[in-house]
Amino acid sequence: MANRTVTRADLAEAVYQSVGLSRTESAELVERVLDLICDALVEGDNVKLSSFGSFQVRAKNERIGRNPKTGEEVPIFPRQVLVFKPSNVLKTKINKSMVGAGK
Amino acid sequence: MIKSELIEKLSAENPHLFQRDIENIVNAILGEVGDALARGDRVELRGFGAFSIKNRPPRTGRNPRTGEQVAVAEKYVPQFKAGKEIRERLNK
Repeated sequence: MANRTVTRADLAEAVYQSVGLSRTESAELVERVLDLICDALVEGDNVKLSSFGSFQVRAKNERIGRNPKTGEEVPIFPRQVLVFKPSNVLKTKINKSMVGAGK
Repeated sequence: MIKSELIEKLSAENPHLFQRDIENIVNAILGEVGDALARGDRVELRGFGAFSIKNRPPRTGRNPRTGEQVAVAEKYVPQFKAGKEIRERLNK
């Protein structure tokens, strides 16, 4: 099972195959989709893509961390993190093809 | 923002395309990410983040209310790790 890594180029190819657009335009659209999602998240908006999943921005409080190598205590400052919550449709799709597929 | 709002924004930017086509484009992108994960592939989008799947081996769980043992089957869960660029933008 040679697992590959899918990149922007593959997404652009999928767009190119699905709609009759040029390769350049397909690539640009992939970029715009990702940019618009990022922009919404940066503005603090959650992004919900039905049958795929949702992206949420969560605020994390400050806590004391520790350098595992030296045992030294370091403060971890409050920060914003991005979490992805897969939809049930996506989870089911992955499990249908992976479980029992001998992977 | 939900999918239809994303489609509206893209439509406004691309007046030469039918909204129907934009819808197909967005679905093609999300569908390709889903298909890749379903094949066991990883999806890496620099600046945005990476999607991968993780195996959860079968285990015996317990019904927390009754204490009864239940078999939990093996499963795969999708994971997302935010890219550096977006992490930095979120914390500016």
